[in-house]
Amino acid sequence: MGVLKTLWHKLGSPRWFYDMSRSWSMIFGILAVLLLGAGTLWGLAYAPADYQQGNSFRIMYLHVPTALVAQSSYLMMGIAGVVLLVWRMKLADVLAAAIVPIGFSMTLIALFTGAIWGKPTWGTWWVWDARTTSMLVLLFLFIGVGALRDAITNLETAGRACAVLAIVGMINIPIIKYSVDWWLTLHQTSSFSLVEAPTMPSSMWAPLLLNVLGMYCFLGAVLTSAVRTGILKREQNTAWVNEVVEQELA
Amino acid sequence: MTRTRRGMHPVRRKRLIIVVFVFSGLALAVALAMQALNENINLFYPPDEIVGGHAPLNTQIRAGGMVKMGSVRRTAEGVDVEFVISDLKNSEFVVTYTGILPDMFREGQGVLATGRLLDDGSFLAVEVLAKHDENYMPPELIDMGKNNDS
Amino acid sequence: MFFDSFSAFLEMGGHGFYVWLSFGLTGLLIIGNVVHVRMARRNFFREHAQRQTRRKRSGTVPSNSGQNQQHKATEL
Repeated sequence: MGVLKTLWHKLGSPRWFYDMSRSWSMIFGILAVLLLGAGTLWGLAYAPADYQQGNSFRIMYLHVPTALVAQSSYLMMGIAGVVLLVWRMKLADVLAAAIVPIGFSMTLIALFTGAIWGKPTWGTWWVWDARTTSMLVLLFLFIGVGALRDAITNLETAGRACAVLAIVGMINIPIIKYSVDWWLTLHQTSSFSLVEAPTMPSSMWAPLLLNVLGMYCFLGAVLTSAVRTGILKREQNTAWVNEVVEQELA
Repeated sequence: MTRTRRGMHPVRRKRLIIVVFVFSGLALAVALAMQALNENINLFYPPDEIVGGHAPLNTQIRAGGMVKMGSVRRTAEGVDVEFVISDLKNSEFVVTYTGILPDMFREGQGVLATGRLLDDGSFLAVEVLAKHDENYMPPELIDMGKNNDS
Repeated sequence: MFFDSFSAFLEMGGHGFYVWLSFGLTGLLIIGNVVHVRMARRNFFREHAQRQTRRKRSGTVPSNSGQNQQHKATEL
């Protein structure tokens, strides 16, 4: 507990985080390339085709990881919002701002790949069922939070307004997750779960696991980089940023 | 150690309580709204509701279920098709459709039909979509499974 | 390898269009995100150097900015 408490207090210092995270982007990036590379190659070329869908089921290796990361990143943004509102932690706001573009992209990929996958399997690009609609709402939430931040010039006000919207939007996350269980949808139920045994053989499931882990590492790499730039921007008038810039340009 | 821990700063605790309170209230409101709209959020009527008369007649609705094994009949021209949607329990109804079926349309697999429920209890579809489940399987394994089942 | 040949791999049993479109779009968006964060970082350093130059000219440099700041700024 003591260690966690110290860490919590240290997180209050953007400078501490900036120094800490120097190599994170690189580490996450390398892991992401390795995992996504291996998972994608395995999933595309070595995994067997599905007995019903044939090879179109390989789209799952992108659809599932991006959908998971999209929801996780929104959840992170909501939690960062709570931390900002309650503890007024600057770093939380920088993180929330950094999540918007990558979260939006992940949601967009999940929707795109879902539509492309839907055409050969369902017979339609799109259907307004609970899962697809709530996922579209997630996309609009990311757009909304991003637009809200751009619309408010005062940094502090913008941060708090975005935090409130992000927190309210968190209601959508359990709706997305359980939509396929609560209602009748065209979308099938979850194919990836950490607590249940997979419903497919390991030759199909292993590449999915690699890509899920890889996509989380990619999120980590992008977020670390964006947060570090965000910190420098917020603190641009301080001596330590001048020092850092000088050092890194040297 | 425990002596020094006095919990959260009162101001922060107050803020946290407000956030939790507002969020819970909102979540409750959304849950109630969705409960009320439950029927409308369902994409389709399952076979027991179609057979049980819960679905409206002669208006455009969606119905879904499993294509009953051995029920698919095509006319000579090959565009008119007739099949039975079942819930694999005791409810089933006949669907008639004119047009191209999706590639994934199979007997024993899920299906979603858009169209009208007629007075005679049959369903006149204008669009048929395939519904698949999350059980992915290589063809070899499924053949083994079939042998075991039958 | 699941496929018999490279052309079979590209064809994906008739689903090649869907599979490759998915992977292509995803690749583009992933690269786009990498470019976006790197550009943001580069832009910050460039703009910061410009700000430093302006401040130096007007004599309002905050503490401990080095003498060679301007030189490095132009180098970037």
